[in-house]
Amino acid sequence: MKRKKCLVMIGLLLLFGVVFLGGCSNILLFHPKGPIGDAERFVIIVAIALMLIVVIPVAVMDFLFPRKYRSTNPKATYMPKWSRSAKIEWVVWLVPAVIVTVLGTLVWHFTLHLDPYKPIDTGAKPVNIEVVSMDWKWLFIYPDRNIATVNQLVFPAGVPLSFRITSDSVMTSFFIPQLGSQIYAMAGMQTRLHLLADEPGTYLGQNQHFSGRGFAGMHFKAIAVSPKEYEAWVQKVKQSPDKLDPARYQELEKPSANYSVTLFSSVTTGLFDRTIRKYNKTMNPIPGGLNMESHSMHLKTGVSEGN
Amino acid sequence: MFGKLSLSAVPYHDMIVMSAVYGSLLLTLVILGLITYYRKWTYLWKDWLTSVDHKRIGIMYIILSLVMLLRGLSDAVMMRAQQALAAGASYGYLHPDHFNQVFSAHGTIMIVFVAMPFLVGLMNIAVPPQIGARDVAFPYLNAVSLWLTVAGALLVMVSLGVGEFSKAGWSGYAPLTELKYSPGVGVDYWIWAFQIAGIGSLMTSINFLVTILKMRAPGMTLMRMPIFVWTALCTLVLMVLAFPVLTVALAMLTLDRYLGMHFFTNTFGGNMMMYVNLFWIWGHPEVYIVVLPAFGVFSEVAATFSGKRLFSYTSMVYATVAIMVMSFVVWLHHFFTMGASPDVNIFFGITTMIIAIPTGVKIFNWLFTMYRGRVRFTSPMLWTLGFITTFSVGGMGGVLLASPPADYVLHDGLFLIAHFHTMLISGSLFGYFAGYSYWFPKAIGFTLNEKWGKRAFWCWLIGFYFAFVPLYILGFMGMPRRMYHYSNLAWHPYLIIAAGGLALILLGVLCQMVQLVVSIRQRHTARDLTGDPWDGRTLEWAMSSPPSVYNFATTPTVYDIDAFTDMKEKGIAYQKPDRYHDIHMPKNTGSGFINGILAFLFGFAMVWHIWWLAVLCALGMLFLVTARAGDDDTEYTIPAAEVEHIENLRYRQLASAAAMNRFAGGQVEPEILPQV
Repeated sequence: MKRKKCLVMIGLLLLFGVVFLGGCSNILLFHPKGPIGDAERFVIIVAIALMLIVVIPVAVMDFLFPRKYRSTNPKATYMPKWSRSAKIEWVVWLVPAVIVTVLGTLVWHFTLHLDPYKPIDTGAKPVNIEVVSMDWKWLFIYPDRNIATVNQLVFPAGVPLSFRITSDSVMTSFFIPQLGSQIYAMAGMQTRLHLLADEPGTYLGQNQHFSGRGFAGMHFKAIAVSPKEYEAWVQKVKQSPDKLDPARYQELEKPSANYSVTLFSSVTTGLFDRTIRKYNKTMNPIPGGLNMESHSMHLKTGVSEGN
Repeated sequence: MFGKLSLSAVPYHDMIVMSAVYGSLLLTLVILGLITYYRKWTYLWKDWLTSVDHKRIGIMYIILSLVMLLRGLSDAVMMRAQQALAAGASYGYLHPDHFNQVFSAHGTIMIVFVAMPFLVGLMNIAVPPQIGARDVAFPYLNAVSLWLTVAGALLVMVSLGVGEFSKAGWSGYAPLTELKYSPGVGVDYWIWAFQIAGIGSLMTSINFLVTILKMRAPGMTLMRMPIFVWTALCTLVLMVLAFPVLTVALAMLTLDRYLGMHFFTNTFGGNMMMYVNLFWIWGHPEVYIVVLPAFGVFSEVAATFSGKRLFSYTSMVYATVAIMVMSFVVWLHHFFTMGASPDVNIFFGITTMIIAIPTGVKIFNWLFTMYRGRVRFTSPMLWTLGFITTFSVGGMGGVLLASPPADYVLHDGLFLIAHFHTMLISGSLFGYFAGYSYWFPKAIGFTLNEKWGKRAFWCWLIGFYFAFVPLYILGFMGMPRRMYHYSNLAWHPYLIIAAGGLALILLGVLCQMVQLVVSIRQRHTARDLTGDPWDGRTLEWAMSSPPSVYNFATTPTVYDIDAFTDMKEKGIAYQKPDRYHDIHMPKNTGSGFINGILAFLFGFAMVWHIWWLAVLCALGMLFLVTARAGDDDTEYTIPAAEVEHIENLRYRQLASAAAMNRFAGGQVEPEILPQV
């Protein structure tokens, strides 16, 4: 009876394995397209491997111990008073401790390495992109090119991307799974993110953090193209009749779901900073009151003039 | 007169909601009708609603939890069905507003109205007898806590038919929960349900903390307490320290919403990060609040059904205490992606990983408890075995999420959902179910049907894997949580499998319902005459099942961790005392119940801005509590003669059990039964 159940369990596990492998090419996080995502996949795999050192023995013991010491097996040793063993204690405290130490060191290193605020150094000049999260769409401003897009992000492959991110509404999270790290977008504050796509391709981009009614439609295509194609695309956007001025911006920020891709041939300078500043009005400005520019947090409120 | 409330608050047009409303109303009417038909109103009032007996309060807590579990599960069914349907061109059957309410209610209900009442119920049933006490330190406070929790649950249920529930998730992140983005009453229902139940939990924690620290039987030093009491103690410390933070965070949000303040708003210096921090300063300890008592149950079950001492009690205690302390310095791992500096993330990542060490130790201690034991495969033991492996796998996901680099890609995705459901279902719920079948005979007086119990276990376990392994995979595929619709068709097959898994879990729940019905029908044959159906090791098994109102006629003296096993070995387990004494017990009072009703009305009035009712209810509660505090006549005496009479009946029952055992020809191991 017991053996039969065990066989059923093994069968089920195999079934899961097949299903898992069958959809393998869709497992985005295991198919990163940039150095950040690559390093993050490495951490995931190493961490899983290290933890299996504990989890596999646990699963085996969880099966073998009750099986061997079942009450219907009189041949097994029975020591009702036995409850102490220094040897076992040392092993069960030390092995997890060693694993956590190794993993902790690894994580320490990689967290510093993968700090979303850290620029990616390839020698190339990064592409600056300002991201504004709205209800329920993404606005991308290219300050160096004076263009903007909604719900479509186009950028050159092989060139570092430097994002400044804020929200003109609730908290959201800006995430392109195959490129790596996500980061929150919050009103009145600016977060930073640095990514790099190794090769041209169209990647899924999305809001990872629930933000209300239109949340499910708040995704976009992140399209990595060759530098040449990128220049051509910029020129194409420059031809667009739409311009992003404060009036158009006001219209844009009104809640709307599944907003179609829009291209703006020009953008009023400082729109991103203005979006941040508009939330930093205080009723009574108190010098030093509620200042979020502490050293432990990267988050900044109140971007100064001309920044 | 009625604030914002008008008849249009009832969603008549929504078929799905209205059928749920009518269903619940019908069920309530049927129950009320049955009570009337069988003329049980007096019995219900006198023996239950007004009771301050910890055993009855415990049972009522668990009934509340099981009822709310069904509600939470139906929310789960709706979500799984929606996500199995709403792929690509199909938009499923739910409007996003409705879907968002469903997952917000699911989370709130499962944590606050299933997990919390279940664990508090188990504590009520097991803690006082395990420490040899006759009741908790403050029996009236205990009743107030119960009825406050019920009031909160009722608010959530009422939001179904009157108005709406929150659409902002169970964690209610600001600024989405601020008036600007959630102008409806949904968030207010969420706030007041959460707040009222939270205050109930806070009072419970104070009550039980005092009980454990002050009311232990002579000889029961801290290091001789049963391990369940230890885990309860650590849970209570967490509750005492964490719940006030929740109370304050919710109160600040309330001030924002009701009085136009700016604690967490986008504008005027408000800061949503503050809310997120406060919420998780409560929220992470809360995870351990719901899991530690389950660890305690697993420890008791493993030792009892292995017929052996718990492996390394001391190590288990220290591991529990370590988890308790550490759980306060890990909260930031819920938002590594908020933009804190790597140093901050590293600190909280590593503290989180460190928690895995004591947890791992516990797992090995349970395994080595079985080692060289005599393992009986009863349903509580099956839940424990299922838990050990599943929980270890879930722990792996936990350590993964604790590494900031991994969290940067896994955060807020379905991997996270799969992870915490693994922890909460295998860790907490399996533990509660184990505790439910383990202590059922103690609380009610007969054992549960094992056949159906085991069927339920296998359905739950296999269903769990089918429901959540696809979610782990979807997490790696980059699917965010809380999506009412998705256009990525690669996700679709996995969500269909997950829905199938949930169907299996429902089959498990059905088995549990059948188990209850079958067990009630067979109660006469399954009666627990000895009070010790499992060859128990701790003091609660020394009482009769169900215990007499005073638990112990004479307070036992404790010499060992496994106090009752020790007594049985010394042959003093069922010794008659030389003489009995008068026993003082607390009187029943309707004050707790009425307090609950007032709290519910208060919450309802606040939600709908019916100020006069809110003020009236607040004053009423204040009056009731003050009046009760001034009442000196709250106890009654059970005379020694009556105690002797009750105890003699008990000894007769024990003798007949022993005779039956001899008659049965050793079907039950002889040493299990008392020598009278």
